[in-house]
Amino acid sequence: MIADLGLGALLIAFLLTLYGSAAALWGVRRQENAWISSARAAMLLTFPVISVAAISLIISLVNLDFHLEYVARVTSRSMPLYLRITALWGGQAGSLLFWAWLMSAFASLVMLRDWRRDRVFLPWVILVCLVTLGFFLGLIIFFENPFQELWQGISGAVWAAISQPPGTTAYIPVDGNGLNPLLRHPGMIIHPPLLYLGFVSFVIPFAFAVAALITGRSDDRWIRLTRRWTLWAWLFLSLGLLLGSRWAYDVLGWGGYWGWDPVEIAAFMPWLTGTAFLHSVMIQEKRGLFRHWNMLLIILTYDLVIFGTFLTRSGVLSSVHAFAQSAVGPAFFIFITATLIASLYLLSQRWESLKSDVEMTSLLSRESFFLVNNLLFMGILVICFWGVVFPLVSEASGVIGRAIPALGHIFTGQKITVGPIFYERATGPLWAGLLLLMGIAPLSAWRASTARTLGRAIWKPFAVSLLALLALLISGMRLPGALLALWLCAFVFSVTLYEFWRGAQARRARGENFLQALWQLVGRNRRRYGGYIIHLGVVLIAVGIIGIEFFQRETQGQLAVGERLTLGEYSLEYESISEFDTGDGRRVDRAVVNVYNENGFQRQLFPRRDYYYESQQAMTIPGLYSTLEEDFYVLLVEWEPVSAESATFKIYLNPLVNWVWLGGLVFIGGTFVAAWPEADPAVVAKRAELKRQLAASARS
Amino acid sequence: MNSTEKQTIPRNPARRKFLIGGFTILAAVIFLIITSTAAGAQFFYTVDELGARGADAVGKPVRIAGAVLGDSIEYDPKTLTLTFTIVHMPADSELVNDEGGLAKALYTAVEDESRTRLQVEYVGVKPDLLRHEAQAILTGRLGEDGIFYADELLLRCPTRYEEALPGQVES
Repeated sequence: MIADLGLGALLIAFLLTLYGSAAALWGVRRQENAWISSARAAMLLTFPVISVAAISLIISLVNLDFHLEYVARVTSRSMPLYLRITALWGGQAGSLLFWAWLMSAFASLVMLRDWRRDRVFLPWVILVCLVTLGFFLGLIIFFENPFQELWQGISGAVWAAISQPPGTTAYIPVDGNGLNPLLRHPGMIIHPPLLYLGFVSFVIPFAFAVAALITGRSDDRWIRLTRRWTLWAWLFLSLGLLLGSRWAYDVLGWGGYWGWDPVEIAAFMPWLTGTAFLHSVMIQEKRGLFRHWNMLLIILTYDLVIFGTFLTRSGVLSSVHAFAQSAVGPAFFIFITATLIASLYLLSQRWESLKSDVEMTSLLSRESFFLVNNLLFMGILVICFWGVVFPLVSEASGVIGRAIPALGHIFTGQKITVGPIFYERATGPLWAGLLLLMGIAPLSAWRASTARTLGRAIWKPFAVSLLALLALLISGMRLPGALLALWLCAFVFSVTLYEFWRGAQARRARGENFLQALWQLVGRNRRRYGGYIIHLGVVLIAVGIIGIEFFQRETQGQLAVGERLTLGEYSLEYESISEFDTGDGRRVDRAVVNVYNENGFQRQLFPRRDYYYESQQAMTIPGLYSTLEEDFYVLLVEWEPVSAESATFKIYLNPLVNWVWLGGLVFIGGTFVAAWPEADPAVVAKRAELKRQLAASARS
Repeated sequence: MNSTEKQTIPRNPARRKFLIGGFTILAAVIFLIITSTAAGAQFFYTVDELGARGADAVGKPVRIAGAVLGDSIEYDPKTLTLTFTIVHMPADSELVNDEGGLAKALYTAVEDESRTRLQVEYVGVKPDLLRHEAQAILTGRLGEDGIFYADELLLRCPTRYEEALPGQVES
């Protein structure tokens, strides 16, 4: 019943996208605003209608309506309420519906803004949003319908269909499969939605870019209109990635946080182009440069977002995230190709009018550093793309190897895949280059800049960073890679703080105290100083990554009760183990261990193994003793089942890893500063006017 | 007029510097990709293919996938040494689909006595997903003794997720 409601709503929403697209086009053609208003109404209507569909599915999930195939797949009786709700995005069909729901919400939000100054953009923004939305709704309705019900024929065979096939009866399983145990984690509430929010909100700047291309407005109006959207989109995507790492660290039990899994990379690629875009739009706003480039970046970001959704959802690549083979692959492929070709065609049509009159003159100018920054991000993108795609084409590429013998050891014509080593080696130097730029660019000047002026601006923070390097050397660190990377972090850190100090100093000259000056400085230039705060966050994250990449240590051993295992300054003592059933379908084996360091007893930890009866799958949950310096990460490996006399543990010592999460917080703060709405100049003027009038009337 | 001039004559002398800079970065990226591909490449073989290569394949970095035989799994918690046997199965997803999906393909593989088998040794934590009829994806090297020494062990257990429908009926 409620499923029929949801299905009906889906169909109506799909028809709305078709009608709205047609109305927008017709309105432009006939120059009639009534049609465009009607298209806008259709766009606004999609949100409540898709909400009906999404809420119907959520209700079915919560009520465990196993007659629905999707519900039977992703929920089970033992799952708590919050997991049943998150099961909305726990499977393929549901997550596509969730995507469409977010898309309609964001597009509707955009519709509600004041369009008076940008009327020409409106029909095209509607069109792009509706076509994207329509594509997803079409996928849901025709390929991956979450409202399919289970039916059983006389022969006993069971299949799924949206309406009852003749000669069948309803089939209702006693219990469902339940969500994959890996997904049963509080992280499930927040990680996928954030990632999807990031994905979806990048559609909005793309829609404006296409509108600008079609209408031929070659100025940077579209960028100014979508600046804040882009920042939020970027924040969501960044947080989605970061939380995903934290989740992996907490439940995957390999002591790491990022595995260069194809699906991780799929979500990472739009982040790379998005980050490049965020930087290069500033140059267009300030200097009118990079106009083609920005268009290209937003087009790429949009298609990488769709590609990312496709990779996670099609089963093309095997990874921990992709659990299904499905028919949506070809549909995604066609849509990505079509949108890419159409957008590039539009761009080529406007190529001439986007040409800029200004040119860059100095290699050491700020804009030049931004260009290098963009090239490095693109380099990392190409490396990631290569890593994902090369295994798919490695057999066919043997042709190249035979033609050019020098490349024969790479293009061997055999099926090859590349592991994390590839990504680490190839992107490492580029990351280092980005860090270096992060240190130099803020102190460089716009337009013309010489080595002399740059040197004069930079020498103080440079000297400070050398002191940090010296301190590391004195403390006994000798690894060249780690020394270089940490020195770069110190350099960026001191440059960024120096920038704050310098700005505040200038204001203090006007008689403000230091804190006041700092507050005013950031408040008056939110984007710039918000950006610097984000840089500080990135440096903290980098320090954490360097710590775990270069200095992670591990050991393992079997311990009898009371025995100890030592790693670094820490030692682990095995105390006991117990086994019990929880109410939610798990059997838990939980060890009790004591952690000591040179100051004696620190903490009791409970590394455990959860066994899920339904899925016959186990999960290893680490015990974690966490300080700012390092994480002591304990895994329970094996144990004597009955006597509990001994158990085997694996321990990791992950230095500085908490700086990653800490940096994430700074990063969020910085984005908030940068994206916080500034008072509309019109409103400010009006307010001042009113104040004057009030004052005047009070006088009279 | 001005615009045609711009296209033909490099009016801006700095442009050359930028081109050189750009190409340097491009070259660096290509260099990094090529050297790292060579360093990080793992050959993807099926159990049959690895067997056919014989001594040729010994010692090279290889990625291999196969179906796990449940009875063969042995684990020594003292040394953290894990040994088990995998059975040949097709690597291509299309061939897997021809056999009726991953779950079916894995079942067919472990039931078929005639298929090539390979003994695997891995030192580390015993993965949670390691069990009968799981698909093991291993990275490592073939030793001269014919045992595959894995450095990395990934597992996929499709049976309960997405593919198989729940069997119970309310009657």
